[in-house]
Amino acid sequence: MKQTRYAIVRRVGLLLLAASSLALLMGAGESQEARVDYLGHQMMCVCGCNEILLECNHVGCTYSSREIDELKQMVAHGDSDKVIYAAFVKEYGPTVLAAPTTTGFNRVAWIMPFVVFGAGLAIVVFVVRTWKRRIAPRPVAGITEAPPEKLGEFRDRARKDTEL
Amino acid sequence: MPQIGSFTLLLALVLSAYAFLVGIIAIVRKDDRLGETARRAGIAVWIAVTASATALVISAFRNDFSLAYILEHSNRALPLPYKFAALWSGQEGSLLFWCWLLATYGFILRLRHKVDTRLVAHASVIMSGVQIFFLLLVNFAAHPFAMTVGAIPPDGNGLNPLLQYPEMVIHPPMLYLGYVGMTVPFAFALAALIMKYPGEKWIHITRRWTMVGWAFLTCGIFLGSYWAYKVLGWGGWWGWDPVENASLLPWLTGTAFLHSVMMQEKRGMMKTWNMWLIFSTFLLSILGTFLTRSGVVSSVHAFAQSGIGVWFVWFMAITFATCVFFYVKNKDHLRSEHQLESLISRESSFLFNNVLLLVSAFAVLWGTLFPVLSEWVQGHKITVGPPFFNKVNIPIALCLLLLTAVGPLLAWRRTSTESLKRNFLVPAILALLTAVVLAFGGMKPWADIANFYALVAISLSVLVAATVFSEFWRGGRVIARHNNTNVFAGMVQLTRRNTRRYGGYIVHIGVIIVIIGFAGSAFYQSKEKEMGFGDKMNIGPYTLVCRSYTQDDNPNYRSETAMLDIYKNGKKIDTMYPQRRVYKASEQPATIVANRSTIEEDLYLVYTGVNPDTGNPIIKAHLNPLVWWIWAGAHILVIGTIIALFPNMQASKQALTEKERARALAAAGRTGSTAGAD
Repeated sequence: MKQTRYAIVRRVGLLLLAASSLALLMGAGESQEARVDYLGHQMMCVCGCNEILLECNHVGCTYSSREIDELKQMVAHGDSDKVIYAAFVKEYGPTVLAAPTTTGFNRVAWIMPFVVFGAGLAIVVFVVRTWKRRIAPRPVAGITEAPPEKLGEFRDRARKDTEL
Repeated sequence: MPQIGSFTLLLALVLSAYAFLVGIIAIVRKDDRLGETARRAGIAVWIAVTASATALVISAFRNDFSLAYILEHSNRALPLPYKFAALWSGQEGSLLFWCWLLATYGFILRLRHKVDTRLVAHASVIMSGVQIFFLLLVNFAAHPFAMTVGAIPPDGNGLNPLLQYPEMVIHPPMLYLGYVGMTVPFAFALAALIMKYPGEKWIHITRRWTMVGWAFLTCGIFLGSYWAYKVLGWGGWWGWDPVENASLLPWLTGTAFLHSVMMQEKRGMMKTWNMWLIFSTFLLSILGTFLTRSGVVSSVHAFAQSGIGVWFVWFMAITFATCVFFYVKNKDHLRSEHQLESLISRESSFLFNNVLLLVSAFAVLWGTLFPVLSEWVQGHKITVGPPFFNKVNIPIALCLLLLTAVGPLLAWRRTSTESLKRNFLVPAILALLTAVVLAFGGMKPWADIANFYALVAISLSVLVAATVFSEFWRGGRVIARHNNTNVFAGMVQLTRRNTRRYGGYIVHIGVIIVIIGFAGSAFYQSKEKEMGFGDKMNIGPYTLVCRSYTQDDNPNYRSETAMLDIYKNGKKIDTMYPQRRVYKASEQPATIVANRSTIEEDLYLVYTGVNPDTGNPIIKAHLNPLVWWIWAGAHILVIGTIIALFPNMQASKQALTEKERARALAAAGRTGSTAGAD
């Protein structure tokens, strides 16, 4: 019995390993075009239009076409994402990046929403647990049958409680 | 006209001040007659502001360029509907429009004062306070009737080309109706806190008014999104621009309120929380307006920078201080009547839903303001754009979707895990099956995080749809059995009996359809090509063939249009006409997108310009999957909200019966007295 279970676990493990290897192999074939598409959506056009680099649609926008050409050249050269971002920041300033970096003070931008999320969840769980502890145990003895005239009131209460 | 407009604006300010001050005196002295004069003054404010807004519109129709506002935002060749839309196209006019909407809400509220005279009297004073602020703005800081300096030019500068679209005639009024609409629930909530209103009636009124504002805000947001999609020509519908974010903030807190208010109505819980949600929703509406108009954050949609930002900061500070003061003074009134009994209950699902919505609102606000914070701390601005908002908000939205599925299956107070399993099993299996089919049917969640999110979003949407459908099915079947009809008739009956609950479920269906539409964006494609006569471009299953390109001229603009034949699987299915215009008054270019929308995908063509060397047009083609679903979902969402606003069939029938009974009794009384007299 134990051996059968072990065999099942081993098979599932192997299957997961095969699936993840397949996923990695699929990812390895990422084309240059896809990289340009990805990186071009992580940067801004700096002409002042506030648009993502590859989405700037200004006719004859000299900034976006120059940026896109530079990006294509760097991707063709095989530069890493980090090198490309650094080169763009050096040339166009920090506003060229479409999202804050994960260094220095910019890290705060990423951390805060998750801190607030964690704190919110913790508060809810804490409040629910505290309230649960406060609820007094209900008496079990001395329960009498409700008088018929009270039934209508109880029915209304039940309707109110269950209609949503 | 300018004189009439200016005078009525001043008159409106005086009347508002009367309604505010005398309203307070009447409440303190408990003087009903004085209170009635304040109410009538409030009604008169609407007449005065209507006269002022009409004067501005007539000035636009008459091409009265002696008014600086008309000179800046209109011209002779501008079509009539856009001349009307000029009312809200600039800073001063849109503030006047805001005043008019606020006065209109106030007018309705004061007309319906018999709902609860004391509560409405208090709310009316608060509405007057807000009205005074906006009237001060238009009278002294951003006057729409300011005169043109120097010689009057023969023609105006024209309306911004981006605003010359039919959607732009509807979108701002809807958005403003939503923003301004949030003043009414705020007024009722603050009034109830100030007067320590006994009972729960105020929360019913507040909830209904919030739904009205929320419905308009939803319409405004989706219309804005549709406008951005059709007009801006970048192929997307949401760019996380600060102005877009500003509209999302009150929507998120308003949504949180519409959920948590049920806990107050059903169980007398979360009173403080609900009070602050309403306060926050109103303050965020004002903050959104402040962001749009102050120039604090840069945006493509923002109005011209001006000094009115300081006014808004003071107004928000005073409002916040007022809310804190009355909360601290009367917080005992907001004690919970019940407490949570279990983590697996409807109440806790609402709590978690609220946490997620508020965290999302925080993330949006944080991301919007972070560039300003960065400038303070680091000395330089940074950009916080779509990659940030998507990374932070998509996981939150997916958690919310999961809660949307689970919530309706939970009972009030506590739910047994057995019943949860029983109700959840079939929907969960359906969602899992969907995930497997999509994963191996070409969605490849392992290839890209966007694909993964899209797969999870669609699977969770199936989960929500299955739970909502099971709710309709179970209830519909019981009614059908009882009334001897079919299940669908039973479902209709069910919805009519509890419009709020089932209208809410229809809203949830709308939301999941919108989310399926969003998920499609993970698979978009785009291509750009210079296209001479007979040139071809392939994108997805489509082949575009350039048949011709042409130019045109009319008094308002010059235009260049390409004529493209569209083939799908070798068969011609359509001809599309992407266009580029240059508006003469402002010499500003604009794109007129050609879009072929189907349930599967949108073929979206943009005329991006002309190659100066060859004279051939450059066409950018986008293939955007499932966009149609976004607009379809938005319609369902609004329909669901309207259904939820209707009174329940039983309640209205009961009210009718009571009225009939009263009428019968009165008639009987009359007959009796007559008989007696006889």
